Amino acid sequence: MSDTIDTAGNVPVWHTLMVRVENKAGVLARIAGLFSRRGFNIESLAVAPTDDDRFSRITIVVDVSSASIDQIVKQLDKLINVVEIRELNPATSIERELLLATCLVGTAEDRRDLLDLVQIFDANVLNVGFDQLMVSLAGSQRRLDDFEALLGRYGIVDIQRTGKIALSELAKVDDGGMQADTAR
Amino acid sequence: MKDMHLDGAQAVLKALEYEGVDTVFGMPGGAILPVYDPLMESSIRHILVRHEQGAGHMASGYAHATGRPGVAMVTSGPAATNMVTPLLDAYMDSIPMVCITGQVALPAIGTDAFQEADTTGITMSTTKHNYLVTDVNEIPQVIHDAFHLATTGRPGPVLVDIPKDLVAAGSPKAQMEWYDPSGHDLPGYNPRTEGDPAAIAAAVELIIAAERPVIYSGGGILRSRAAQALLELAELTGIPVVTTLMNRGGFPDDHPQCLGMPGMHGNYTAVMAMQESDLLIALGARFDDRVTGDRGTFAPDAKVIHVDIDPAELSKVRHAHVPIAGDANAIISAMVGGLRAAGVADAQPDRSSWHQRISGWQEKYPLTFDDHQAGDLLKPQAVVETLRDNTPDDTIVVAGVGQHQMWASQHWTFNHPYTWINSGGLGTMGYAVPAAIGAQVGMPDRTVWAIDGDGCFQMTAQELTTAAVEKIPVKIAILNNGYLGMVRQWQELFYDERFSETHLGANVPNYKMMAESMGCVGFTVDSPEAVQATIEEANAITDRPVVIDFRTQHDEKVYPMVPAGASNSELIIHPSQRES
Ligand SMILES: Cc1ncc(C[n+]2csc(CCOP(=O)(O)OP(=O)(O)O)c2C)c(N)n1
Ligand SMILES: [Mg+2]
Repeated sequence: MSDTIDTAGNVPVWHTLMVRVENKAGVLARIAGLFSRRGFNIESLAVAPTDDDRFSRITIVVDVSSASIDQIVKQLDKLINVVEIRELNPATSIERELLLATCLVGTAEDRRDLLDLVQIFDANVLNVGFDQLMVSLAGSQRRLDDFEALLGRYGIVDIQRTGKIALSELAKVDDGGMQADTAR
Repeated sequence: MKDMHLDGAQAVLKALEYEGVDTVFGMPGGAILPVYDPLMESSIRHILVRHEQGAGHMASGYAHATGRPGVAMVTSGPAATNMVTPLLDAYMDSIPMVCITGQVALPAIGTDAFQEADTTGITMSTTKHNYLVTDVNEIPQVIHDAFHLATTGRPGPVLVDIPKDLVAAGSPKAQMEWYDPSGHDLPGYNPRTEGDPAAIAAAVELIIAAERPVIYSGGGILRSRAAQALLELAELTGIPVVTTLMNRGGFPDDHPQCLGMPGMHGNYTAVMAMQESDLLIALGARFDDRVTGDRGTFAPDAKVIHVDIDPAELSKVRHAHVPIAGDANAIISAMVGGLRAAGVADAQPDRSSWHQRISGWQEKYPLTFDDHQAGDLLKPQAVVETLRDNTPDDTIVVAGVGQHQMWASQHWTFNHPYTWINSGGLGTMGYAVPAAIGAQVGMPDRTVWAIDGDGCFQMTAQELTTAAVEKIPVKIAILNNGYLGMVRQWQELFYDERFSETHLGANVPNYKMMAESMGCVGFTVDSPEAVQATIEEANAITDRPVVIDFRTQHDEKVYPMVPAGASNSELIIHPSQRES
């Protein structure tokens, strides 16, 4: 995630939205179309069906320097197939992202170094080639950023990240079901 | 109704009848052809257009005039793409419409089949919602949901795309048992109508405290049928009312508190009252850039109460101190109740100095135009006023887009809701002729006049053939200045009089002959003396459409004018009112 400044000079500020949508054809296109039409920036988007097969759940990380979070949420909510929107409070939510990467390890030394890194990060080796290693890491976005930066040394041949998924942290005391995230 | 075997085509028509549809505007073609066959036995009146854009705007005009959703039905591919403009037009102006499009058969979708278009993809951002039907059994419910979406909440157009194999009589996929649709399974659609009582109370307080309040009333007044409630609110508080381009007629022009239209071509008083106010009570209005001018300098001292059915409009453009999401009619009525309970008459401050400033502006800067000079062509404003004075009070006026539209809005006196129909948000040239036809179909007993430009007229004039064949007696007044006049005005004022590609020529086509060739009565008028007599002649014709080609002065300009992007305080007034 790069903190590049856009043409209007705005520094991106990221918010995470959990969006429950009807599991209907074209829903993703509606959301993507809305964001592009209104000039809202998406940093990442992860989508999958929920336990209830009528609905899917989408985690969207949006840049609120392009538009107010209020506008983004209200415009999303106007889509007929959008059922519920929650804004996650980063301080009280558990976030995960998955990274897969293939790196060049031309020398035995590089290979040892990379395996050390894998161990330090508690990452996994998924596949081994004669001069390449494929590794994976699940974790917070921050941790994945760090890992990715360190992998850079070895020459990244291929990398794919999933975009963030998140859930609210669980209550540690019985507070009568108060939600840590904000229903929108 | 139970145990009724239908094919998909019959189901489409039955579903439309079930929704109470009396008229469909459209044109058949390959993919929708099966639906047109049982139409011959249906109670629904079909109006065969000459271009699908016409069907869309007719449906829009019908909806504007009647308050009932307009319905258009067209085939796939090029017909569906011809509907894109009217759909977006209706979306921008929150007009309830349902459009049925044919689609290629399900197995052919995605193969670049003949006349295949990704209709739901293309219209995703031009409709409130759209559907691609994939099972014949969905037809009753989807059409029921489409009408529900089109007419509730913030109204808008909804499109239903139906593949041919679901409607073709012999197709196994087109067989179904009819069922009456019930309810709506739309878990993501819960428009709120009642306003938050706490917000309404806060609004009441702001209104009572305001020294220079203005009611900024928009098209939402008409959509929520709140004209009566608005009148009550205005009369209870004595607060002046501006009526935007979308709400002309939503508050009577003859009412002493009516300031008329604000915005780029609004009158001086309406613009300045908003600029100088300390409280804008925005009711069903959306702070369009044509109203606010430069946002940063718009109404700098005003607090804002903003009532809108669409929560996304609240604070979208201008921060609302009191945002109230909900139906304007319900909320205004609640505000009136709250104000009465608070004893508003005694509680609010003496606003006579504010009202004096307003009447001072009205006296000093009324709408005006130069007198006709011998040898000149007609003054377009005078034509509008003569038309106004020689037609029934409840005449429905429909406009195209350009100078003529602004003169119509400015110089007509709108005293009744639903008498003014125009393309506000999208500014679609060519809107007037088909929209007037739609309005006349919906309101057969009313007089319908379109005030059109020569440029606009040429975009959709072919629908007069439709009107002639269907005996729809719309009347069209072309303010023929031989130019794309509004663009010419900008070129004159802001591009050093470099008139690039705006000259059309007033003589070709010959509008009288063109009208006659389409089965209408045609007139040409170029002298002021003939204006009234010709209007009277036109009014007397009730079995055919009439077109009057009014030859107007080509260099007449619309004043006042706020240059695009400028502050409303920099409004340019008529030359005769400028201090020398
Ligand atoms: C479909 C479309 N194309 C272009 C425009 C841009 N435009 C706005 S007003 C106008 C001129 C309209 O000319 P006419 O109908 O003769 O009206 P006038 O301004 O002369 O009264 C044009 C070209 C538009 N609004 N809509
Ligand atoms: Mg013209």
